[in-house]
Amino acid sequence: MNAVFYISSIIAVVATAMVVTRVNVVHALLYLIVSLLAVALIFFVLGAPFVAALEVLIYAGAIMVLFVFVIMMLNLGARGEAHQKALLSPAIWIGPGILAIVLLGELIYVLLGQDLPRTSGGEVSPKEVSLALFGPYVLGVELASVLLLAGLVGAYHLGRRVVAPRKEGS
Amino acid sequence: MFELLWLIPALPLAGFIVLALLGGVLAKRAVALVGAGSVGAAAIVSMGAAVEFISAPPPANSVTQVLWAWMEVGLLRPHVALYLDALSVTIVLVVTVVGFLILLYSAEFMGDDESYARFFAYMDLFVGSMLILVLADNLLFLYLGWEGVGLCSYLLIGFWYKERENSRAAMKAFIVTRVGDVGLAVGLFFIFSSLGTLHIQDVMHRAAQEWAVGSTAAMLAAALLLCGAVGKSAQVPLQTWLPDAMAGPTPVSALIHAATMVTAGVYLIARTNGLFSLAPAVQSVVALIGVATLLLGGLSALAQRDIKRVLAYSTMSQIGYMFLALGVGAWSAAIFHFATHAFFKALLFLGAGSVLLATDEQRDMTKLGGLRADMPYTFWTFVVGASSLAALPLVTAGFYSKDMMLWNAWTSPMGSPWLWLGGALGALITGLYAFRMVFLTFLGERKTAVIRRPGLVMYVPMGILAALSIFSGFLETPGWLGGMDYLSPFLGTALPGLPHPSMQPAMEFFLQGLTSLLCVSGVLAAYFLFVSRPDVPERIAASKSGAWFREFWFFGWGFDRAYELIVVKPFVWIALVNRDDVVDSVFTELARVNEALYSDLSETQTGKLRNYAFGMAAGAALAIGIMVLL
Amino acid sequence: MAQVPMEHGLYVAGLLFCLGLLGVLVRRDLLFVLMSIEIMLNAAGMAFVVAGAGWQQPDGQIMFIFILTMAAAEVAIGLALIVQFHHHFKTLDADAARRMRG
Repeated sequence: MNAVFYISSIIAVVATAMVVTRVNVVHALLYLIVSLLAVALIFFVLGAPFVAALEVLIYAGAIMVLFVFVIMMLNLGARGEAHQKALLSPAIWIGPGILAIVLLGELIYVLLGQDLPRTSGGEVSPKEVSLALFGPYVLGVELASVLLLAGLVGAYHLGRRVVAPRKEGS
Repeated sequence: MFELLWLIPALPLAGFIVLALLGGVLAKRAVALVGAGSVGAAAIVSMGAAVEFISAPPPANSVTQVLWAWMEVGLLRPHVALYLDALSVTIVLVVTVVGFLILLYSAEFMGDDESYARFFAYMDLFVGSMLILVLADNLLFLYLGWEGVGLCSYLLIGFWYKERENSRAAMKAFIVTRVGDVGLAVGLFFIFSSLGTLHIQDVMHRAAQEWAVGSTAAMLAAALLLCGAVGKSAQVPLQTWLPDAMAGPTPVSALIHAATMVTAGVYLIARTNGLFSLAPAVQSVVALIGVATLLLGGLSALAQRDIKRVLAYSTMSQIGYMFLALGVGAWSAAIFHFATHAFFKALLFLGAGSVLLATDEQRDMTKLGGLRADMPYTFWTFVVGASSLAALPLVTAGFYSKDMMLWNAWTSPMGSPWLWLGGALGALITGLYAFRMVFLTFLGERKTAVIRRPGLVMYVPMGILAALSIFSGFLETPGWLGGMDYLSPFLGTALPGLPHPSMQPAMEFFLQGLTSLLCVSGVLAAYFLFVSRPDVPERIAASKSGAWFREFWFFGWGFDRAYELIVVKPFVWIALVNRDDVVDSVFTELARVNEALYSDLSETQTGKLRNYAFGMAAGAALAIGIMVLL
Repeated sequence: MAQVPMEHGLYVAGLLFCLGLLGVLVRRDLLFVLMSIEIMLNAAGMAFVVAGAGWQQPDGQIMFIFILTMAAAEVAIGLALIVQFHHHFKTLDADAARRMRG
């Protein structure tokens, strides 16, 4: 099973790298779904089936569908490729690249010094998660529901066409 | 009557306020009424106070009227309080009476001036400030009046401010007296810090208790006060502003020279005589300054052509006499001369004003002449004033007061024959220049036509002052001449007297005869030189050394040039060099650095989302880095 | 199930996070930026899940659920904003909206 973990990890990392570098937004989105599915697999082999399912359902499912809707609605895709290319000059990668590597190096350096346990492979079942979620974390659940409500209202408000386009320079 | 004391300074100040606020809308007659009337009312109140003071002397020979507490800051609790004793009664009386007469005269003199109300407003403020100065019971209140007088002198000397020269003279007067005022201010600080009070009588008491005679503290305090007095009274070495102060209207000169301003220094020293008694060395300096100034002023007056400048230098010289008297401890004599000088000097200025009015501001005496026939009244009053100035024996007030001072200069414990000699020489010179002025202006051939004759409103004050110039002298006469002494015992209640001189009356008579002779010979010499043989002074002036002296004296012994060279030029140079202000540049630099930082940092505000995200990420990396590595 | 050192899972999470960060910093297209943010959130959640698996506690998964909730709300708002943005500027270039240099 360890092999599954490592293979999935490689897939996730490669797919994510593809997401960041694609010029076609639909391609990027598909790579992102791959990446998320790989992560879901990692979750599963690490003994967290519940969140693995959630990852597939909500991230790879619902959220990505939203992205697809928007892409279709705005009629992006192949049409914007040239435009995206123009926005991605090679030089632009240097600074952020160095910064990302530094940050990664720091994270690894921190982890190297720690004495952390191995994952046992034992499952933390959905039941345990649910008990904790609606036990000690019930307040967090309520807050999350409020947040979702706010998201709902906000998305509804922003999504309305009534917000008339303002003229440039006005 | 004493409870009305506050009215004395309040009335002129009220007049000032009324004129300042309503001056634009009042008719000229009303302006004159308010302007002169308020001072006149003050004069009546002070006469009433004086009469009561003499007829029923108050306990301890002084009255204090506390009006209100000015402020209370720790130990500093000055009151707005008036203090009346023999000294302030005398001076208040002179100031209000002479001031009133001058204002009355101005009502006609200034009649054609467009800023009529402004003139009277300033004059009222001037008199009011002087009265505050004289009546103040503490040094801080006195300082208020002192500065008020300085301000008004500035405003009035520069009254015709549209001419650059007048504004310059006003500024010069203000700045030069300021030099002395700084000394006075520091003196006040010093007195307060070492004695803990500014109340004049308390200062004298405590100083006498705490300071030994000749101690450094007493010397310092007296020297600093002297500094202020020298500046205000135009004594050497701060005398240069006075001749230039002639730029103002003539009544202003009369007021500055006779009743207010220049005599403030004399008053200050007389008022704080206790401090000066504790510092004999400083007091000797006072006497020396007096002698130096009286000779300098007299000789300079001799070389002037401008009639008002002659009078200015003569004022300097006469105040020098007062300083001489103060310096030898003859306080009463100095105040006596102050009074007689106020009368005859005001008279002379008013006479000169009449001449200027009649000849359309022709100040050059060499272009005047022969005015006697056209202006007999002015001529005779002017002669009375000049005689009193020259101290013609027996008949003039100037003789008695000057005689008293010179007599004391020799006989006082602090006096010396040398001081007397300086004063006596001064008397000769005084006679010479006073009558040179009279002869050049009124005798000889007529060179300038008379275009206007003064009216009654101008004649009356001149007449009264002429009478005072003669009769005020009989308040105090030498022993062999009736020995009247009304003033000395009266002033003795406020000022310490002198021990009775050990000299023989015969000697006194001889010395008086000698000074009288000098005065008369001065006058006769003036007659000889300027009337009968006018070619003689011309020949003297034409000779090489004569021309040099004439030039030297004409410019007041080169003090102006020296100050220009020593003080003004370097100061202007420093100002030019330091145009950008070295000290300020530090702060400018600070602001500039901030501004540069701002403009640099505002560059980061690009509106590009990625840059912000980059900043956040870099910050996070940095924070983690610091936590991990350190 | 898999028995791997917890660090390895965390390394992967860190790598994903940095890739997401790179995306945020490099891309100018708002859609890509939003996707990169999703990657970063997902990586953070993954770290929680890995830690939860390591310590055999449900709390890691619960934190992931909260992050998921937050991500859902954020994507809903973000996409709505992107729609408006496109409507307004006719582009998704983030640098187009810099008139106020905010």
